[in-house]
Amino acid sequence: MEYLKKYPKLFQWLFLLIVFFALCFAIEVPETYKFIRGQAEFVKDPNQSVYFFLGKEVRYYAFDVFWRLPPLLGWLPIWINDSLFFLMNEWMPMEFWNEDTQEFKTRPLLLQVSRNLTAFMTFLIELIREILLGGLETIVAFTSWDFIDAYPWLELPGLPWTIVAAGAAILSYKLSGKGLAVFAGLTMIYISIFGQWKPSMQTLSFILVAAPLSFIFGLGLGIAAYKSKRVEKALYPILLVMQTMPQYAVLVPALVLFGVGDHAAVIITMVVAVPPMILLTILGLRAIPPEVIEAGRMSGCTNWQLMLKVLIPTARRDILIGVNQVIMVCFSMAVISAFIGAKGLGFNLLLALNQLNIGLALEAGLCISLIAILLDKMSLAWANKQTDYFGNLTFFQRNKNVIFFIASFVIGIILAYVGTFIFKGSFNYLFEIPHNKGISTADFWNKGVDWIFDTFFVYIKAFNTWLIQDVLQPMRALYLRMPAVATLVLAVGAGYLIGGIRSALVVAALTLFIALSPWWDRALVTLYMATFGVVISCLIGFTVGTLCFQNKKSAAFMLGVCDIFQTFPSFVYLIPVMMLFGITDTSVLIAVIVYATIPATRYTIEGLRSVPVGLHEAATMSGVNKLQRLTKIEFPLAFPHMMLGINQTIVFALFMVIIGAFIGTEDLGQYILKALSDKNGAGIGLTLGICVAFIGLIFDNLIRTWVEKRKKHLGIA
Amino acid sequence: MSETVIKCESVYKIFGENAKKMLDESNGKVDAKTFQEKGCIVGVNNASFEVAKGEMLVVMGLSGSGKSTLLRCISRLTDATGGKIFIEGQDLLELNNKELIELRRNKMGMVFQSFALLPHKTVVENIAFPLQIKGTNTQDSINTAMEMVKLVGLDGRENYFPRELSGGQQQRVGIARSLAVEPDIWFLDEPFSALDPLIRKEMQDEFLRLQEKLQKTIMFITHDFDEALKLADRIAIMKDGIIEQLDTPANIVLNPATEYVRKFTEEVPREKVLVIEDVMDTSNNDNLGDLRVSKDDIIENVAEKILTQENIVGVVDSNNNIVGSIKPSKIIDTVFGGRKNGS
Repeated sequence: MEYLKKYPKLFQWLFLLIVFFALCFAIEVPETYKFIRGQAEFVKDPNQSVYFFLGKEVRYYAFDVFWRLPPLLGWLPIWINDSLFFLMNEWMPMEFWNEDTQEFKTRPLLLQVSRNLTAFMTFLIELIREILLGGLETIVAFTSWDFIDAYPWLELPGLPWTIVAAGAAILSYKLSGKGLAVFAGLTMIYISIFGQWKPSMQTLSFILVAAPLSFIFGLGLGIAAYKSKRVEKALYPILLVMQTMPQYAVLVPALVLFGVGDHAAVIITMVVAVPPMILLTILGLRAIPPEVIEAGRMSGCTNWQLMLKVLIPTARRDILIGVNQVIMVCFSMAVISAFIGAKGLGFNLLLALNQLNIGLALEAGLCISLIAILLDKMSLAWANKQTDYFGNLTFFQRNKNVIFFIASFVIGIILAYVGTFIFKGSFNYLFEIPHNKGISTADFWNKGVDWIFDTFFVYIKAFNTWLIQDVLQPMRALYLRMPAVATLVLAVGAGYLIGGIRSALVVAALTLFIALSPWWDRALVTLYMATFGVVISCLIGFTVGTLCFQNKKSAAFMLGVCDIFQTFPSFVYLIPVMMLFGITDTSVLIAVIVYATIPATRYTIEGLRSVPVGLHEAATMSGVNKLQRLTKIEFPLAFPHMMLGINQTIVFALFMVIIGAFIGTEDLGQYILKALSDKNGAGIGLTLGICVAFIGLIFDNLIRTWVEKRKKHLGIA
Repeated sequence: MSETVIKCESVYKIFGENAKKMLDESNGKVDAKTFQEKGCIVGVNNASFEVAKGEMLVVMGLSGSGKSTLLRCISRLTDATGGKIFIEGQDLLELNNKELIELRRNKMGMVFQSFALLPHKTVVENIAFPLQIKGTNTQDSINTAMEMVKLVGLDGRENYFPRELSGGQQQRVGIARSLAVEPDIWFLDEPFSALDPLIRKEMQDEFLRLQEKLQKTIMFITHDFDEALKLADRIAIMKDGIIEQLDTPANIVLNPATEYVRKFTEEVPREKVLVIEDVMDTSNNDNLGDLRVSKDDIIENVAEKILTQENIVGVVDSNNNIVGSIKPSKIIDTVFGGRKNGS
């Protein structure tokens, strides 16, 4: 009884676990139950039960409600799909003037809007693409084909790669200095020499459209939410869901709305990249000290001046992190949107992965990562740039960058012209090194992979078999063995114990949505993979983070490594693991672990760092040794921040698990991937995405509530 | 007195949703307690006063007394709930946004407790900021800002960023920025409260030197009674939004209006605050000894001289006319008398 009084929480948790396990053992597995591998839910089978709702037919295998809830939300994907089609094809038909046929045409409003939007995006992408690679469509858009025929000199080629490389280096020099300039130059030369120029420039043109647009929209909406509570309230739930929604899932609805191609990819990228930008903008603006705003007002700022010259620059740090996020998401999407027909490196990467040509995939992946790091560093440097008023500079000094660029422009063109004589009859390597005609290390890598495989096959295979048979399969079976009711009780109970009735209700609603969707089994599989990944990631992340924290230099180094790793598009992580483990669950899980270890490590270091110096000194003066200091002072205080790290780890792990479907797993991701090729897939894709997002949100809610309470308790809120 | 620059007539600031309605219903009798029960917090309660041109009014009060709120009403960073505020005869609350911005750009400057510098601008850019907002071209604004840099003694640091400066230096930047547009009215909201005692004293002296030169109309907020005594022409002491007493430092020390004010004055070394004029006897100009002191002398400086006298000391004005007298015993009375419990 004494213990009961001393640790009431502990006993409540114990009680919850006992109820959970009791339920698990009390509810038998129905004899007819088996994990359905294919898309059998939609195949007609006399054993299935059927119900109708809103005129939609839903088929499912009925079990005892305690074991699996019936998919009462089964109509939702179909309904979403039908509504989407109705909106696109039938809703609000209107007369629109058609330029080409010179007549009015009746079209649904939404279709027309989407087509115009598409045309606009295509125009922007083509504009940049044609500057970099040459082409006519932009000029034609302003004039006509006849105009081009009349003035054939307008058929300008794209910029020679030498000029783009020099331009990138000069811009980097102006923004940051020698280091970045050298990095930019080397990156461009690497891309060119390895024959990735064309796809790289295609990807770049896509990003140069998507990133600025996402930035502008995110900033704008963030400011609107900052200024008006109502806008914020309307945006907040969408932002929450989008934060945990796998990027895959939004592809399918976009396919329906905007069709296939780069333009759809840009729009989809914006959908994914804008939410974090909004959140960080709001965060940054909220953190501005009120006196700075008052100082701006007292200086006589108009509202515009206040926003542009005081608020945004003062919130710069958070807005910058937003830009960073936007760039990361853009590169990530540059790969993923290859699924809906975006051209460029991502397409090559997917193709190579599909053909199991690891070497080629590695080269494409490296190119994407290099460009991502370069743009990331350039955007950071740009935001930190200062102007100097006191330089008494000559004309040359002031304009040296422009002069250098013009010079390199001229030299580049001369070189390209000279090139036409040197490389007569073959490719002009001084203009553009065509795809597959550069140096390729693909063979080297492929041979390397083969060698590793031949040499270590036995060990890898043994490890693989052991992991799958002795760890993963039993774990998965255990997860699937959970009766739906027991899971619900556990989730809601945890919600109640952590955050009271409010949290319990939120968690219950989110869990019920998944349980009532037709994909509960899949969600369990997703959860098992994510759990496995998160546990290992956190173990590694906490250990590595703690070890690195012991030394200031190694901590800074590790944070830098995290920064760079985070810049890699998520797909890139699949390449090395496929090299080693082939197409198995092990590959996916290792990719998950590597990817999800980043936030775990980062938050551990940051958390330990945030422990006040005064406490360190107090501890040292009390005569603790290093280990005692770590366990008694640093860990307890850093733990809330580390929990936020776990939160991020869960989101990262879920993302990777879903992407892992590309290799072939049996979780929700598999269905999202299938929905891509299904003509009725929009509703399915979206609902699946929401399911994954909700899994993330359940943990997000629990962890955040706990952290807030804990921080208040420790007085570090 | 010379012309009035700032004039407040029963200014109220009440926070809360129905503040305006409740104020209208209260008929000018605002009681903080009843308001609080209905969810409103009274920030400023019936403040009426005037500030003359070139005068320095120090508003003194503890935290939560409404002094900063009062200042923000007068600079219209918040809108007063009731009452009227006139700046050089213009009704401040009637101004539209454009006129208000015009007023701030040309007439007002403000210094903040936490300095409120823009972190992304250098010292000189920060100081030039109000000018650039006004539309002055870059070169002119930078030149003016450089003059201000010299005025506050930061030469050589004009290209530093705020984060590279100490607290005192940052506040110098804040002061220079508020002076850049050459405002007539200068608001200072606890400008020295965040500084070390030594730096604070140095900045106060520097501030007095500046004011001697510039002769601005000043409203200065502080929670430090000694600072108020040192700087003020007149002091307004606030408590719970109400101005308890508004008077010259000497009168506040000599005749505290309320118990609350008296508590502040208890520990004050009077000899440092009062001048001879405050304690002299104007009715008796006979039987004077040889010593003459000026009526503007601070008691501390002449106390020793007076106390060594046996006769009554004559007090003269600046033209050497006798205007009153003072007995040596009066000095002892003044210094040790007023304290009831001793110390």
